Amino acid sequence: MKISFTQNKKYIWLAAFVTATIISYLFDFNPGRKVFANFTQFFIEMISFIPFLFIIVGLFDVWFPKEEIEKHIGESSGLKGMLLVIILAMLQAGPLYGAFPVAYILYKKGASIKNIFIYLGAFASLKIPMLGIEIGYLGVKFTMIRTLTSLPLFVGIGYLLEWYLRDKRFKVYEI
Amino acid sequence: MINNAIIFVAVAMILTAVSYLLDREKTKAGLKKGLQMFKGIAVPFLNILILVSLVLYFVPPDFIAKYLGRNSGIWGFVIPAVIGSITLIPGFISYPIAAVLIRQGASYTTVATFMTTLMMVGIVTLPLEAKYFGFRVAVIRNTLNFFAAIVIGLLVGLCY
Repeated sequence: MKISFTQNKKYIWLAAFVTATIISYLFDFNPGRKVFANFTQFFIEMISFIPFLFIIVGLFDVWFPKEEIEKHIGESSGLKGMLLVIILAMLQAGPLYGAFPVAYILYKKGASIKNIFIYLGAFASLKIPMLGIEIGYLGVKFTMIRTLTSLPLFVGIGYLLEWYLRDKRFKVYEI
Repeated sequence: MINNAIIFVAVAMILTAVSYLLDREKTKAGLKKGLQMFKGIAVPFLNILILVSLVLYFVPPDFIAKYLGRNSGIWGFVIPAVIGSITLIPGFISYPIAAVLIRQGASYTTVATFMTTLMMVGIVTLPLEAKYFGFRVAVIRNTLNFFAAIVIGLLVGLCY
């Protein structure tokens, strides 16, 4: 057991924490017990919804494949095009810098400047897995207010950037 | 929090049932994918919960309420906006932190500003962003989003 822990650095913190907690309980070390009480509360909170959230996300992933939507990005314009990039962004996961390569793909497929930046905005603030975690931790009300105020702002930023870049030969570079 | 959990359990069960009736193989693949994603984040998630439990023990609540609470004034914007712009915290990690901050007396404005800058502004990743869009566009995009985050924080604060 000991060997597998040292081999797998991933578990180092967890192992240290379990050890420290056991020692705290053995020697009646109060701060250690309090920290563990905090942890228990957070752990219950997490395990009560995160696994179910990932079941939902996994099902979304197989029923609404991103590649299918990506195909139609270039050809649709107007409101439909904008909706399509927002939906595509919502199905993603990961940090914002993971969206830059996709922005290049959108650019290559002929998406407008506006839609490229709306994609980035939606990617940053409307990803379904993140919305799920947000609802779980901060509540439906907070999530609704934050998304409904963010949406017009990042759409506005998309229009603003398109207007600013209209005659500046904007392009997205491939890395 | 428990009420929220019930929503997730119910939605997951209904979607799984509907999906299973439509296509068994797809459902199995989806559940597998979901569990894999959960496995991927489980350990980092537990690590961050350990860290938050420790920090919570050492940081007194009145400290958080004073600098990030309702009456923290300009600091209630500046601190979260700057920290959120600079740091690169994955979303799933920032939400438990945000929930703790609120429980300890931070205002919704502060938390919304922090979350939004965290998501939309990236100073650390600016050089990378500049390679894709050019330096000027990257700076403009981040600046616009920085101010948008403050507006979002204000609007969220108005609703509480």
